[in-house]
Amino acid sequence: MARQYAGRRAAPAACAVAALLVAAAAQAAPSRADLSEADRKRVQAVTAPTRDFSRAEQFETMQGGAGTVAKLVNRDIFSHPAANLDFEGRQGFMVGNGLFRKDWVSSPSSTLASDGLGPLFNARSCQACHVKDGRGTVPGFDPEQLSDAVALLIRLSLPAGNDDARDQIAQAVARPDPVYGHQLQPFAVAGLPAEGQVRITYREIPVALGGGETATLMEPSYTIENLGYGPMHPETVLSPRLAPPMLGLGLLEAIHEDDILANAARGHEDGVSGRPNWFVDPVSGARVLGRFNWKAGQPTVERQSANAFSGDMGLSTPLFPNHYGDCTAAQTACADMPHGAQEHLGEHEVPGRLMDFVTTYSLNLALPQRRDVDDPRVLAGKKLFYESNCIACHVPKYVTRRDAARPEHRFQLIWPYTDLLLHDMGPGLADGQAEADANGREWRTPPLWGIGLTRTVNPNATWLHDGRARTLLEAILWHGGEAQAARDRVVDMTPAQRKDLIRFLESL
Amino acid sequence: MRRTFAVGILAALLGANVWAAKPDAVVSGYADLALAKYEDSLATARTLQQAVGELLAKPSAETLTAARTAWLAARVPYQQTEAFRFGNPIVDDWEGRVNAWPLDEGMIDYVDASYGTESDANAYYVVNVIANRKLSVGGKEVDAGEITPELLRDVLHEADGNEANVATGYHAIEFLLWGQDLNGTGPAPEGRSGTPQERHAGNRPYTDFDAAQCTGGNCERRAQFLKVVTDMLVQDLQEMVGHWKAEGEARAAVQEDPKAGLAAMLTGLGSLSYGELAGERIKLGLMLHDPEEEHDCFSDNTHNSHYYNQVGMMNVYLGAYKRVDGSEVKGESLSALVAERDPALDKEMRARLDDTFKAMQAMKTRAEQVETYDQMIGQGNAEGNAVVQAVSDALVAQTRSIERVIAALELGDIELEGSDSLDNPNAVFQ
Repeated sequence: MARQYAGRRAAPAACAVAALLVAAAAQAAPSRADLSEADRKRVQAVTAPTRDFSRAEQFETMQGGAGTVAKLVNRDIFSHPAANLDFEGRQGFMVGNGLFRKDWVSSPSSTLASDGLGPLFNARSCQACHVKDGRGTVPGFDPEQLSDAVALLIRLSLPAGNDDARDQIAQAVARPDPVYGHQLQPFAVAGLPAEGQVRITYREIPVALGGGETATLMEPSYTIENLGYGPMHPETVLSPRLAPPMLGLGLLEAIHEDDILANAARGHEDGVSGRPNWFVDPVSGARVLGRFNWKAGQPTVERQSANAFSGDMGLSTPLFPNHYGDCTAAQTACADMPHGAQEHLGEHEVPGRLMDFVTTYSLNLALPQRRDVDDPRVLAGKKLFYESNCIACHVPKYVTRRDAARPEHRFQLIWPYTDLLLHDMGPGLADGQAEADANGREWRTPPLWGIGLTRTVNPNATWLHDGRARTLLEAILWHGGEAQAARDRVVDMTPAQRKDLIRFLESL
Repeated sequence: MRRTFAVGILAALLGANVWAAKPDAVVSGYADLALAKYEDSLATARTLQQAVGELLAKPSAETLTAARTAWLAARVPYQQTEAFRFGNPIVDDWEGRVNAWPLDEGMIDYVDASYGTESDANAYYVVNVIANRKLSVGGKEVDAGEITPELLRDVLHEADGNEANVATGYHAIEFLLWGQDLNGTGPAPEGRSGTPQERHAGNRPYTDFDAAQCTGGNCERRAQFLKVVTDMLVQDLQEMVGHWKAEGEARAAVQEDPKAGLAAMLTGLGSLSYGELAGERIKLGLMLHDPEEEHDCFSDNTHNSHYYNQVGMMNVYLGAYKRVDGSEVKGESLSALVAERDPALDKEMRARLDDTFKAMQAMKTRAEQVETYDQMIGQGNAEGNAVVQAVSDALVAQTRSIERVIAALELGDIELEGSDSLDNPNAVFQ
């Protein structure tokens, strides 16, 4: 099978656009120790960005590699196990699915193994925010609906002073609000005040586009009402975060670290300079590369999931053993509430055995097949996506590690459209909040795979870290900072070109 | 290289029809079985529809019992059809409408105070459609003046993307006929008679449907809900029967490529055995000891729903199904196809299916004579836990044999077939 790649080599750049593409090319890092020399050549050939937009690329339909599913497109399309999981793997997935959907209850409860919620919490279950395993819903743009959504959580932090920048990196997390902690929990168990509710107001910003079109962006601002524990620290910064889709996370974890670092090491002459989010893991003490959540603040899917159990649901796990989640020392009533750990079930509210099922589930949600890959309009949009240099950050493809922890994730050609790096996205998107080594203007490039089915799964879903973008075009128009030039190219396109570009995104 | 070669041989064999048991006959036999099982599911659902009609026309303890009995009978063929899930996309696409579970019953009707009054994770948790003609959810007003199929299917079912918002299907009907089972994993309350199931299950009074001496409030709307949701079940089953008829899409999908059809059959058996049944429906309940993790939780009928899953898997492998009227539908069997390749493996597969069947029977007998399924999975009930665990262990062992069958028929690489072809858009890089 290697035969068909052996003859393919990247040709010298023929024009300015092509030169840009080569600069943006993902290259299998020469240092990858998991690859033989023959493998490396195949991987480099297959991951080089295409320059042929006359037809679809080989394997392009299977955006999640061999795990990609060919299921009917309906509301369940984000909820299938990877096609290459064996039956045993599917059992872990299904049990994990049961736990992902489960409503946890407060202690004490007759169902000893399902209690321990809170005392403060954002939601009772994982799926409450990850709607049908896809994107969460923000409170509606209709003023009447502004108070009712659980999927948007508000991270809280104090600005880091220059003197403690190092300390902040060492701690991996931002300095919390002294009373409200790392995030706002709008719910609490009976007998305890909730922390407060978020209210969002939007200001409309018109944007003139090439060809006489106009778009309207919605700029959000946030206030907290009904504060349950007195005033917040005056300098506390609010950073809203919407629950992202759960697709292909195990494959992202199986991308070789060297490939991500190679993305960072490439030339910066196009104004794009991604940075890895390195930090010291407070659990292991080791220096780790973050790749999950909106700021790449978590190194693994397991850590991200355990962090969500702790912060969002107030449930302890072996990685985050505090039964009281985000209760702070100032919230004394919180620490007086009962917790849900049972001696005979283990010392945590979510024992390691259950946590492992949730991790298995979270690692193995399948990518759907792409649709219409060879439709001429989709191909035209793909060309515009590449030529506008969107692929500088939204790096199309990788081949995962040969030595990935789980066999189903090994040596898969995947198409996530991300570099997993941090980028300065400009003042319009800045949240002013640091997370590990990411500063208040930086965000991790989110993967784009599956984005075209967002509304099939959740008709009320919107885009970007706080859900402010009602359309994919609005999401593009919010790009600033390192992505300003690419965004400006989209503004300058003709209406037909913009339509093609969106058509390409909708085929992902 | 060797693998590609072997798949090539299988393809040649399939094409040349040199086997006595022909794959195309096996997959059309499978489709015949599916048609018969869905027809029986439809017929028993129509009997249920009639019994519900009589309950609503003349509410009494007798008509309510008759409707419950009809529901239990309707589950017998339906649970056998679950062997067609996980391999047939048309079935998977449809299944959530008829058998979604677990459900937040507070969206449908009144619930006990112990159920809590609000679940922030689910704004529909205690919406109680039966009591409310206007619903205000997420700031949006929904007119529920008439309980219609559109309201249940388009507005309430999976409302807000929450899979616990189940408004249609067998389990919604089950909740309306039995009401909540408030007995948890504990003993049945005093004063009830009959089998453990009859004593321990939910105990909704027939007067909940009697406008003249109404209990629970809103009896007419409850009756309306039950009628609409039962009619919808009949329509949904009618649709699935159509998919397996001569020109049906589901039949065509397995018949047009017999090799893919065989893979669909075995994928369904393995996924139902290991992931769905041994995993989500059994293992989770045993780990959490939580009566909410019981598949038929209102009627305490879980032992039967598990048992008939196994019966359904066995008749797919053996190519024979005993219909509700006692007649038998038989076709070329997967078993015969495997026996030609590897008689010892076929023997092993049948032995594993029998082992599971025996473990299921032990669980069913215990449920009929000693205690219900939710009591069996209770905390500290070592004997009950062991009976359920034995079922799970047997299902896992059965799946190991299914994996060997897939390997023997060289179907394992079916997803990867064509990796070498530049023309195949669905190929994957290896």
